[in-house]
Amino acid sequence: MALTGLQIYKLLPQTNCKECGHPTCLAFAMKLAAKQAELALCPYVTESAKAQLDAASAPPIRLVAVSCNGSKVEAGNETVLFRHEKTFYHKPGLFIRVEDTLGAEGIKTKVSEADSYLVDYVGIKLGVDGFAVEAVSGDGAKFAEAVGAVRAASKKPLILIAPTPEVMAEGVKAASGTQPLLCAADESNWQKMAEIAKSAKAPLAVKAESLDKLAGLTEEIKKAGVEDIVLDPLAYGYGDSLKTLTQIRRLALKKNFRALGYPIIAFPSNGAGVDETVLAAQHIAKYAGFIVLNTFDPATLYPLLVLRQNIYTDPQKPIQVQPGLYEINSPTADSPLMVTTNFSITYFAVNNEVEGSGWPAWLLVADAEGMSVLTAWAAGKFDADRIAKAVKSTGAEGKINHKRLILPGQVAVLSGELEESLAGWEIMVGPKEAVDIPNYLKVMWGEKAGSR
Amino acid sequence: MPITVEIPKEKWAGKVREVVLGATAADGGTRAKTVVVGGEATLPFLHFDGAIPHPPALAIEVRDRRPDDWSPLVYEAWGEAMNDPAEWAKAAEKAGADLIVLTLSLTTADRKPNTPENAKAVVRKVLNATGLPLAVFGPGQAEKDNELIVPVAEEAKGEKLLLGVCEDKNYRTIVATAMANGHNVSSKTPMDVNLAKQLVILIHDMGMPLDRIIMDPTTGALAYGIEYGYSVMERLRLAALQGDSMTQQPMIVTPGEETWKAKESKVGEGVPETWGDWKRRAINWETLTAASLIHAGADAVVLRHPETLARVKAMVNGLMSAN
Repeated sequence: MALTGLQIYKLLPQTNCKECGHPTCLAFAMKLAAKQAELALCPYVTESAKAQLDAASAPPIRLVAVSCNGSKVEAGNETVLFRHEKTFYHKPGLFIRVEDTLGAEGIKTKVSEADSYLVDYVGIKLGVDGFAVEAVSGDGAKFAEAVGAVRAASKKPLILIAPTPEVMAEGVKAASGTQPLLCAADESNWQKMAEIAKSAKAPLAVKAESLDKLAGLTEEIKKAGVEDIVLDPLAYGYGDSLKTLTQIRRLALKKNFRALGYPIIAFPSNGAGVDETVLAAQHIAKYAGFIVLNTFDPATLYPLLVLRQNIYTDPQKPIQVQPGLYEINSPTADSPLMVTTNFSITYFAVNNEVEGSGWPAWLLVADAEGMSVLTAWAAGKFDADRIAKAVKSTGAEGKINHKRLILPGQVAVLSGELEESLAGWEIMVGPKEAVDIPNYLKVMWGEKAGSR
Repeated sequence: MPITVEIPKEKWAGKVREVVLGATAADGGTRAKTVVVGGEATLPFLHFDGAIPHPPALAIEVRDRRPDDWSPLVYEAWGEAMNDPAEWAKAAEKAGADLIVLTLSLTTADRKPNTPENAKAVVRKVLNATGLPLAVFGPGQAEKDNELIVPVAEEAKGEKLLLGVCEDKNYRTIVATAMANGHNVSSKTPMDVNLAKQLVILIHDMGMPLDRIIMDPTTGALAYGIEYGYSVMERLRLAALQGDSMTQQPMIVTPGEETWKAKESKVGEGVPETWGDWKRRAINWETLTAASLIHAGADAVVLRHPETLARVKAMVNGLMSAN
């Protein structure tokens, strides 16, 4: 049974030493009760208290880290089945598969390209998290060479995929100094795989074709001294993947079932007749902790990275930008004044278009409580009063020598009211979609400028 | 040693209503087949918790005339067929669509205001060209919607169309004509659980049976607010399964319309190189948006590109044959 914060507090040293990173023992106890912290953070807890707390204090899904040269991918520690219930915490790591049969040059090319890939989404730089080196050759020496070649081209974390403990051992040697995920132990080799993982202090993936077998294996491996475990339930189709990953998540969260309370590794290209990109999208929303992609292609990676970003956005905190008057392309007193809301996706969509158009402009970002134009309008957070107030409070009037305001096309209905609220102003109705802004500025603002 | 794992199952109190789209000759229409949406007694594709009698319907959006500002990639995909709604609908049926969504434009091809006569003629033409069930949506301006949808509803009496768009500020006229002529309606609200529920109540209060209302909770495209639509849909579906009657309508969403106006899909020039190949990216954008929304509970998705349709269809087949 889970303990309450107060019950946990009674078992802690109660010295408020702060070494766990929390201000007081009570605060730490509350975090433990909420399953957002691990007891190991407390250096002074007694053995007997530890035994009592252990069962109750560990998060239902263990946090497992794969790391290399200071960069780290963490998975696990999730607390809900649906993002609206709280949020999803640890974005699944996206790893690119590199086969050891690719040859040194082939590896260098593939890895360098993927390693340097960075794409900008609403001001955030997104890229791949690491590489999954696979011993397709079945040859330890070749595998070790491949691991070396990947490390020469990238400092990102690694997953090592090898069919036997002997081959795995060679790969682990070549990856020394890093903490790779070893993939994977099965019924036939788990003792040796666990030994390797234990001595390398590396997390170990475990595979089995049924949850019964998988749970049995993780318990054995835990007894053998490996605690950082990742599950591979060998579910490769759209339907069995959704079913199996949901069942594992439910068991961990609803039943506190320890034997499957670990993050999951998914291989969206392993199934016959399955579209890797589509299944990877399912894995992002439905419960994978690590995802291994066969192909590196910006045209698929960019949408997957954005999807991951969207699904893992905290639904309780709308992503906002600071309301105010923004300058784009060094505007002057003649430049157009446009208004939008402070929802960050809206802001970046508009900002990117105006910036890309080359037109200098003033962008007035009204405080719409972080909602998009249409949603904010429907909720009464983006109306004539608020817009007029923003024009006045930001001093926008003083920056321009005209009295024209470009309104988002979605809220064209506000233009009449706005002309009343802003006496003497001309309200111009802009396009509905940000993508049409450059053309609008060229045609509509260009005409105005020409007529003056 | 294997451990016997007992899978926790949900015992849901409610299920999604079934709505029949289209009518065959036996039921007073002319459709070759009907499409039933809804009916699930479980979360999307979790067959072990409850029955899923029907796969989500995959619709292709067809316009009454060649649209002015669609992405070049969509023009390329349908080609000349886009000049004629009947040809376009035929091509969509051939591409594997379950349903045709015909959207009426504000103006005709020669830039004159659209008229009831034209709308009726187009709907008749499309009904003659395809045996699939049909949805007809107005251009999205209250007055024009009412002016066009009423005559269409009368013209297609008995065909069990899905008519739209009913919004909180404009639903009475469309609901009344749908009731009088035996059609279904789409109830559209802006990404909010309570608003979605409320409009269903209002439409039902007019006397429209609940098995003739589909709700469109509105979605955003990938990168443009998909997470809001996604979570509103998950919440609506959970409420439906928990027994909240007025949330038990099947859900339709329009990922095609949303994604093809996003820059990532629409244009191929003047975008960062890191976005990758335009065509693959654009179709991924629509495919991943639709796929994600289907996982959140969509019973019908309206798409634009035939390749998206094929990819989403393969996914749905996989998800349905999961047991």
